[in-house]
Amino acid sequence: MAEHATHDTHDEHHDDHQQSFFMRWFCSTNHKDIGTLYLLFSLVMFFIGGFMALVIRAELFVPGLQLVHPEFFNQMTTMHALVMIFGAVMPAFVGLANWMIPMMVGAPDMALPRMNNWSFWILPFAFTMLLLPLIQYAFFGVGAGGPAGGWTLYPPLSLQGGNNVAFTIFAIHMMGVSSIMGAINVIATILNMRAPGMDLLKMPVFCWTWLITAFLLIAVMPVLAGAVTMLLTDKFFLTSFFNAAGGGDPVMFQHIFWFFGHPEVYIMILPAFGIVSEIIPTFARKPLFGYQAMVYATASIAFLSFIVWAHHMFTVGMPLGGELFFMYATMLIAVPTGVKVFNWVSTMWKSSMTFETPMLFAVGFVILFTIGGFSGLMLAIVPADFQYHDTYFVVAHFHYVLVTGAIYSIMAATYYWLPKWTGVMYNEALGKWHFWLSTIFVNVLFFPQHFLGLAGMPRRIPDYNVAFADFNLISSIGAFGFGLAQLIFAWIVIQCAFLGRGAKATDHVWEGSKGLEWTLSSPPPHHSFSTPPVINDKDLAHGDVTH
Amino acid sequence: MNPPTDPQAAVSANNRRVVKRALLACAGAFFFCFSLIPIYTIYCEITGVNGKTGQISGEQPVLVDTSRTITVQFDGTSHSSLPWQFKPEVREMKVHPGELSSALFYAQNLDKQTLVGQAVPSVAPNVASIYFNKTECFCFTEQLLEPGEQREMPVRFVIDPDIPASVKTVTLSYTFFLNELATQRVAKEHSVTDNPAS
Repeated sequence: MAEHATHDTHDEHHDDHQQSFFMRWFCSTNHKDIGTLYLLFSLVMFFIGGFMALVIRAELFVPGLQLVHPEFFNQMTTMHALVMIFGAVMPAFVGLANWMIPMMVGAPDMALPRMNNWSFWILPFAFTMLLLPLIQYAFFGVGAGGPAGGWTLYPPLSLQGGNNVAFTIFAIHMMGVSSIMGAINVIATILNMRAPGMDLLKMPVFCWTWLITAFLLIAVMPVLAGAVTMLLTDKFFLTSFFNAAGGGDPVMFQHIFWFFGHPEVYIMILPAFGIVSEIIPTFARKPLFGYQAMVYATASIAFLSFIVWAHHMFTVGMPLGGELFFMYATMLIAVPTGVKVFNWVSTMWKSSMTFETPMLFAVGFVILFTIGGFSGLMLAIVPADFQYHDTYFVVAHFHYVLVTGAIYSIMAATYYWLPKWTGVMYNEALGKWHFWLSTIFVNVLFFPQHFLGLAGMPRRIPDYNVAFADFNLISSIGAFGFGLAQLIFAWIVIQCAFLGRGAKATDHVWEGSKGLEWTLSSPPPHHSFSTPPVINDKDLAHGDVTH
Repeated sequence: MNPPTDPQAAVSANNRRVVKRALLACAGAFFFCFSLIPIYTIYCEITGVNGKTGQISGEQPVLVDTSRTITVQFDGTSHSSLPWQFKPEVREMKVHPGELSSALFYAQNLDKQTLVGQAVPSVAPNVASIYFNKTECFCFTEQLLEPGEQREMPVRFVIDPDIPASVKTVTLSYTFFLNELATQRVAKEHSVTDNPAS
């Protein structure tokens, strides 16, 4: 998920001025450098969050309490989620948007470069703040540790933490500011900076999915900010927004939180849809099947994401009418998502496919994400959800859509564009090893969790009935395998980005690649498209460009 | 508004407008968040979602529907923050829609200090909640219990005769929460009156 070209390569393109290391990286306004920073940050967070996941799986390796205290276990589940969602997945997509969107639409840079710098540099401070209580506790024995009430921060439980509540809430505020600024930048760039001839419906699907994601971000991040601010005043300023004794209502928090939380789910998957829609046509050597259907399906999913939030809280005691509405609305999302899956399959149908690493990850995405989609449909069924709610079935479901969905797409994107970013080919053999080890172990890790959930094992609990021992053992083995396989990924990225090792990449990199980014050199010049490119429809992405 | 002729002035006027709008949006978002609880409560009361009971009705309904009998079940728990024993006198009673009925709950403070509690009612099923009208209830006010004190707490209610025919059983459930602010206030008053010397 991270790369940057060696200094020498970049400096060649710096025709008129040399920048010091500090000026280049800390004060950067260049979309490529900021994209690199985002991706490196995300890679670091991916390993921090992954380490927390391994603590969880180590504790669950056998029944009983052995490695960590239950309170620390709760901190691990909470922080793993917050770090992975806000630290790994979202910044990775923003990094990809930064790198690719200006190059894809033929713009010289993002529309608001200084804001771009600010929106990245908020993040290290936000995550320092988020992680500080946990680090203090784990390494220095100071304080009571990080938040332990689950990433959803449900009151009253989340308010029973100590001062870490304030750290978490202010960190979330900062992440929200960063995300909103990133989203404004994407919208401004796409709407104002496309090269002449790059119509909206000729843009690569990745730009489309990011445009829609950006609107989702602007719509829901303030809602999260409002919800956590109310938590803050309940905790420290004696208000009773969520306190029944004072006339408030804890269920209202769940409504507000999930009004943010469900669109957030799509914020983490729509850009993934875009990435896969770029990669599959390249290696299938065929235009994307149903380009416009893809765009409209993305927009429908985004709209529906606002009216399904209560399916996260079916068991809270809703009226029957509400449960039916949210059940059917949720199932409706399967229609546009199905359109997308069938379009990817149709793109591959009777095509001349080759299976380089990006394609492997993209095909893996289509298959494994669909499994996650199916278990999502099962969870949408109200009567069944009363059994599945808060069990490992839910854990299995959202890890299939987030790990083999969002993370797989980010890895596919990294392999796909890494040669473009760095100018050298990654190690294909190691890439294949990474894919196959990841795919085998991720299924060993998460598939048994479906069975555990159906058998009734609750999530977020450090101990379990001995009846669940075998599947937990298998799952933990899968977790360590998957975790170790990611070291291959880190090594591949380091080889390309920092050591410059590998064959020289051509400008087109892939035989079937199409789109403006491939008309630039590999690595691309520090400032690209200073004058708008001349657009030939055949150079454009794999869309329907004939209309 | 005439556009200023100086381009520099035009830019700064534009910036001022943007800043003004952004501040207005912030203020609007703040007030919206702050008013969410009243909005949510009103919404729940109108629709009966979330088991919020109907409005306090002072007047007697015109008609008692003796052709129907509804079982009303009572349930009382105290929240873990409040060391009170709290339970209904009877588990259930049968009433006719439109009939004014009353039920008793018992509460006893098991703690060594004076505590103030606040009961929060909930009615199930949700469809019944807007037809369940309380004319008098211990949940309308804060309840103060001295250490060891016991008290009977009455609730009087009428079930609206318009209640859907499908509803045969209604459950009225109370949870007693600790009112921390009121308890602190009372403790302060006590320490002044009990130990005037200190």
